[in-house]
Amino acid sequence: MRKIGNIFIVFLALIALASCQNDLEPNYQFMPNMYAPVGYETYGEYDVEGFEGGQEAKLPVEGTVPRGFQPFDYTNSPEDIARAKSDLKNPLEYTEDNLAAGAQLYNIYCAVCHGDKGDGLGILAKREKFLGIPSYAAAGREITEGGVYHVQMYGLNTMGSYASQTNEKERWQITQHVMNLKAALEGKPLMLPKKIIDNQTPQLPVGGDATATPTELEQDNIDSH
Amino acid sequence: MQKVNFKNIFSRVSLLLLVAMLTFSTSVFAQEGDAAAGKTLFNSNCAACHKLDKKATGPALRHVADKYDRDWLYSWIKDSQALIKSGDAKAIEVFEANNKAVMTSFPALSNADIDNILAYTSEEKPLPPAPAPGTGDGVSASGSGVSNNVILGALVFVFLLLIVMLFLVTSTLKKIAAHNGVEYAVEESRKPLWKAFVENQFLLLVSAVLLLLTAAYFMYGFFMQVGVDQGYAPVQPIHFSHRIHAGDNQVDCNYCHSSARKSKTSGIPSLNVCMNCHKNIGEVSEDVLAEGLDEHGVDYNKEIMKLYDAAGWDVSTMSYTGETKPVKWVRIHNLPDFAYFNHSQHVTVAGVACQKCHGPVEEMEIMEQFSPLTMGWCIDCHRETNVNVSGNAYYEKIHEELSKKYGVEQLTAAQMGGLECGKCHY
Ligand code: HEC
Ligand code: HEC
Ligand code: HEC
Ligand code: HEC
Ligand code: HEC
Ligand code: HEC
Ligand code: HEC
Repeated sequence: MRKIGNIFIVFLALIALASCQNDLEPNYQFMPNMYAPVGYETYGEYDVEGFEGGQEAKLPVEGTVPRGFQPFDYTNSPEDIARAKSDLKNPLEYTEDNLAAGAQLYNIYCAVCHGDKGDGLGILAKREKFLGIPSYAAAGREITEGGVYHVQMYGLNTMGSYASQTNEKERWQITQHVMNLKAALEGKPLMLPKKIIDNQTPQLPVGGDATATPTELEQDNIDSH
Repeated sequence: MQKVNFKNIFSRVSLLLLVAMLTFSTSVFAQEGDAAAGKTLFNSNCAACHKLDKKATGPALRHVADKYDRDWLYSWIKDSQALIKSGDAKAIEVFEANNKAVMTSFPALSNADIDNILAYTSEEKPLPPAPAPGTGDGVSASGSGVSNNVILGALVFVFLLLIVMLFLVTSTLKKIAAHNGVEYAVEESRKPLWKAFVENQFLLLVSAVLLLLTAAYFMYGFFMQVGVDQGYAPVQPIHFSHRIHAGDNQVDCNYCHSSARKSKTSGIPSLNVCMNCHKNIGEVSEDVLAEGLDEHGVDYNKEIMKLYDAAGWDVSTMSYTGETKPVKWVRIHNLPDFAYFNHSQHVTVAGVACQKCHGPVEEMEIMEQFSPLTMGWCIDCHRETNVNVSGNAYYEKIHEELSKKYGVEQLTAAQMGGLECGKCHY
């Protein structure tokens, strides 16, 4: 009788062990000291003097600039918007790579609101979650390269800034795509790389898939233009 | 027969009334403009600053047509600044009342367009949808839950009572039997089953082996899941639903996790990214709110308020206060320190979809870890997945040589060196 009792207890213990999994808590580990890094981990919380609120994630020191940084000579004032619209010009060439990357980035960051075609009918507008999104071809809107770049840097009224998610080159690539969308909406000729114009097949690249082209990895290197 | 006639009369009268109402109302709309066309115009021109029932950048516009006369409205909407400069008392009053915010002028809108917009703003507010059947159910369900418990308790009580009574009855019966001198037949002592079992060496051996094997099996399973957090779904400081954002509203994963394209970490978006949309989206629509309360027990609007609180956004003035608080998201996916994983290598170079590793994120109300993130999981995929070489000049030469070496058309990640310890452990 004792033996059966023992077996029973072993089984109970096994079941208890197997069932004490709780999705709200992380599982236990073999050697926690080999799992937790010595260095500070991205977004970690540490009891360290100088970490505000214990947060590893901090704002960069004032005055630091990222690699490849170019100063942007326009502020977010009505005068500078007007100045950007007339003076600021696209430094990037229209190449296949730039257009493809622009289309893809546009689909990631802008299409939810502005729509794939730039007609202001993105999914958020269609579902009436976010209203007041203009078409790029809207009468009375003066949309120029400089203006598109400026609005990505600073936003405009209810549109926010996209400067934290994109770098300078990416913003200009998006601008190229926006200018082409506007031209397509207005029925004007598109800006395309020379090769394609020779082939007589003016078509906008579609950035269908969410994954970027391999060349995109090299984009952090801004001095390529 | 009488009754039926009555009914007919009633229905006829109501039909007449309905027809009269319809003709009347259509004639009213014909004079005042087309509300449907007005809605489109309103949504594309005015909704950026005006809501119908709530103050935004500009005042709420429902029934604004009753507040002013038509001509004033025409000139205000076409060029409000000109009207203010002309010294119009009403215009200046509105301008001052709204902190002198400048309303865009709309010279391109015709009077008919404005009539359409005003027809739309004059529509009555739609009644809130009838209380979702779910809420009623919820109450009655919890009610029945209580009664279920009561019934269960009563059953247990009755059961216990029966057992006690049974004992009492047997003991009294035994006493009576003993008193009356009734004798039990004494049972012949047999060898107990377990003793027979212990004496049979073969049976004992087999069952011991079986027992050890099952124990080993369970122990193995138990040890293998130590340190594996598959299914881990902690409670986050803000109830953030990927279902609503990435599913229903189809926001691209990279919109928020924007560093996945180009760095090791995928990153959790900082709050300015949230505010790009939520400056304007202060509350969820009524059906979404009801769904949240019914199915997930969360008040979505309160969760958005938590976001505003952390970002330091003051809803009444529509501006930042500058007092921010960190949102302490609980980290879910976390490889041990000794393993190296890089998102851009998989997302950008290999072109693997997020869902392949993170599962159906766009259906998750609460984010959970879908994959085990064990070494075996990484290795399996490296053995099965081909390297994406198309359009990647970097791979042209190495692919050519390696495919000659292995004699295959398509290289897997493993053949490229995806099994070398040093690639993942450093
Ligand atoms: C959350 C929704 C949303 C997203 C995402 C969005 N926009 Fe906008 N955008 C708006 C709204 C709203 C306006 C109208 C602003 C106004 O005039 O008040 C606007 C206006 C514009 C304009 C016209 C500005 C002008 O000078 O009149 C341009 C150009 C533009 N957006 C480009 C972009 C680009 C490029 C992106 C992607 C990086 C983007 N938008 C992403 C909502 C959005
Ligand atoms: C750029 C933001 C903006 C846009 C776009 C806008 N408005 Fe306004 N509107 C305002 C502001 C701000 C006020 C308050 C007066 C002021 O400060 O100039 C206002 C006031 C008004 C008023 C007076 C309301 C009252 O209760 O006194 C009316 C009517 C009005 N707007 C109609 C419209 C219509 C119709 C459209 C679309 C065709 C529109 N607005 C587009 C910002 C805007
Ligand atoms: C609107 C912004 C937004 C979008 C779009 C979005 N996410 Fe997230 N994601 C977040 C936030 C905020 C968190 C942190 C809160 C949480 O874990 O629920 C998060 C957490 C995660 C995590 C868990 C991180 C951890 O702690 O391990 C994964 C994995 C993830 N997201 C994948 C995705 C995928 C895949 C998509 C596209 C289908 C996506 N996300 C779309 C904002 C977003
Ligand atoms: C591209 C636009 C967009 C971005 C960016 C965005 N949201 Fe949302 N959010 C929405 C929409 C649309 C809804 C649903 C509104 C509705 O259905 O009426 C929503 C709803 C919500 C809700 C209520 C439902 C829920 O998920 O619990 C919360 C909380 C929320 N968002 C938090 C956030 C946070 C935190 C971020 C930043 C990580 C963020 N949002 C970024 C568009 C956005
Ligand atoms: C090949 C599998 C794989 C793919 C594809 C993948 N992830 Fe991950 N993801 C992981 C692993 C593994 C981790 C844990 C990383 C760590 O702890 O260092 C992770 C972690 C995360 C985190 C937590 C924060 C961090 O960076 O550690 C987020 C957010 C995330 N992934 C989002 C995404 C998004 C968005 C995509 C698509 C663009 C994506 N992932 C594609 C495997 C993948
Ligand atoms: C969905 C399949 C998949 C999963 C899961 C996956 N990988 Fe990969 N991984 C790939 C592919 C495909 C490549 C080849 C990418 C390329 O073209 O360089 C790769 C490449 C790599 C490389 C670079 C190898 C080299 O030759 O330079 C490393 C390191 C790596 N993966 C680590 C990991 C780790 C660590 C995990 C588990 C946490 C993991 N991977 C899970 C598909 C996967
Ligand atoms: C594709 C990437 C990858 C490669 C290649 C790889 N590992 Fe790992 N390895 C991992 C990951 C990820 C973990 C963490 C697993 C976990 O946390 O459960 C790990 C864990 C381990 C562990 C700890 C045991 C454990 O499961 O926690 C050892 C030991 C190990 N690896 C040895 C090796 C050796 C030896 C090689 C070369 C033959 C190798 N690994 C190659 C990704 C890799």
